[in-house]
Amino acid sequence: MSGIRTDGRTLELIGFALVAALILVVLPLALDIFRLNLVGKYLTYSFVAVGLVLCWGHTGILSLGQGVFFGLGGYCMAAFLKLEASSVANTKIQSTPGIPDFMDWNQLTELPFFWIPFKSLSFSLIAVVVVPTIAAFILGAAMFKRRVGGVYFAIITQALAAVLTILIIGRQGYTGGINGITDLRTLLGWDIRTDSAKYILYFVCCFLLLGTMFLARFVIASKLGRILVAIRDQEERVRFSGYDVANFKIFVFCLASAIAALGGAMFTLQVGFMSPSFVGIVPSIEMVIFCAVGGRHSLVGAVIGALVVNWGKTLFSESFPELWLFAMGGLFIGVVLAFPRGLAGLVTDQIVPRLMRLGTSSGRQAEPSPAPAE
Amino acid sequence: MNNNTDFLLALENVSVSFDGFKAVNELNLYIDKGELRVIIGPNGAGKTTVLDLICGRTRVSEGSIKFKNQEITSYREQQIVRLGIGRKFQTPTIYEDLTVFENLELSLPRGRNVTGALFWSRTEEVAQRVNEVAEMIFLDGDLDRLGGTLSHGQKQWLEIGMLLIQDPELLMLDEPVAGMSVSERAKTAELLNEIIKNRSVIVIEHDMKFVESIAHRVTVLHQGKVLAEGDMQSVQTNPRVKEVYLGH
Repeated sequence: MSGIRTDGRTLELIGFALVAALILVVLPLALDIFRLNLVGKYLTYSFVAVGLVLCWGHTGILSLGQGVFFGLGGYCMAAFLKLEASSVANTKIQSTPGIPDFMDWNQLTELPFFWIPFKSLSFSLIAVVVVPTIAAFILGAAMFKRRVGGVYFAIITQALAAVLTILIIGRQGYTGGINGITDLRTLLGWDIRTDSAKYILYFVCCFLLLGTMFLARFVIASKLGRILVAIRDQEERVRFSGYDVANFKIFVFCLASAIAALGGAMFTLQVGFMSPSFVGIVPSIEMVIFCAVGGRHSLVGAVIGALVVNWGKTLFSESFPELWLFAMGGLFIGVVLAFPRGLAGLVTDQIVPRLMRLGTSSGRQAEPSPAPAE
Repeated sequence: MNNNTDFLLALENVSVSFDGFKAVNELNLYIDKGELRVIIGPNGAGKTTVLDLICGRTRVSEGSIKFKNQEITSYREQQIVRLGIGRKFQTPTIYEDLTVFENLELSLPRGRNVTGALFWSRTEEVAQRVNEVAEMIFLDGDLDRLGGTLSHGQKQWLEIGMLLIQDPELLMLDEPVAGMSVSERAKTAELLNEIIKNRSVIVIEHDMKFVESIAHRVTVLHQGKVLAEGDMQSVQTNPRVKEVYLGH
């Protein structure tokens, strides 16, 4: 429609192309497989950040429990891989061969009923998305229908992250406990620990991420996307325009959770294990920070934010491990104070207008520059 | 009380109390089809509460509210809106981060569920309807502006436009000219006189000059009850009204 908005859309498409070029071409050429595998791990957090752009940036629903959905997706994937790794031949030294090792250590003598369907890959792949979505639906319906929102919702999601962590750790015979589900080996006989497998999984992760970015863009550009923004601005007005606000919130929360779960599954595949340390309060808050640093209104920003912060985390913790948490806290405070719209806001509000001004003033006499979008 | 009436809206023996304080006390109010009713009253008389009750934002403690002979006291807000009741709030309530066009488009009563909104397409017909309404509310030149950049008066008009595009049978306006300049007030009065042709309207207003310029029938509320009802003339000369309200 307006010139400013068209510019915003072109800018976004340029951003998409740059992200695609960076993760598909530049990084694979520049990095060895060890580092590239790390980037693949960071990109799984980008999924969560994309979901947060939808539900936090656009709708104003701050969830401090995205680790729950990331974790559920990851655990569903890990359950399948673990069962495949626990064939009778691989586990013949156990007192009950054919069940995962941690079950044997906890004196279980048969596979619990809810583990049995995870023998099937297709069931597991569906469960990766469906289980977290159902969890998000139950939580969302319970909260949004009762009009619980804002800080209260954030606190409840955080509590959920704590609950799930405690549950996983406490029931270690069923879940692998604090160690998580480890020693994953093959996917339908294909060894996922080799370098070539890591390359392939990295590219699968990239394409899935780009796919979810386009899906999220489709949602944002639709009328539903504008309704989400309207809910963020004036929830009452939306209700009094005849919309059932709760349904829209439930939809976007479920979508954000499903996207986070995809990230979790890709995490399990690339890193080779899943544990409660990616589920709890701290990782959930870190995920929000990735999104805030990149820019919670921008899909490209959120993806880059997750990449940059995690890269920083790795570099920093290799040299000064004990200082990382302080650096992260400082970074978050700095972003909120100095550029609340994140890296993406810095680019669209500061750098691009300046470049445009440079371009116009070198061509013609100085003219008042066009106002930046928003 | 199950007797049906010819009224568009009928409030009978409606009471609501907040922690024992009766904000509305056994109120009876009847609105005809095509009527423009102005509700006035001192602060705390329960004017806004009455609108809140009708549109489902506040639940009645006792009594019945019927819209076209249908009991609506247990309905949710969006259900009441879909029956044909529109509500404008006291402070302009628009979407600041969306353009005027998008503000109006979202208020169009179609594609209101999740899938409908996801696969919504902006047809020629939609654009035409938006343009029509934008013209009525004096904003046809500002369709691409963000809501947040409008002046206070323009925001008030935009919100009225967002209700108009819903084409409600009953329109409720809470202080539509609050904070407007003299010329904006005159234009708003003109707009309201245009709007009421096809529907019933309830207006809450403090500005007596403005009330005189639009009022057909006036209801005076005081302490949650109807103090007087009638045309502007009779209400203004009513000694009880003078005592509680106009005299001050």
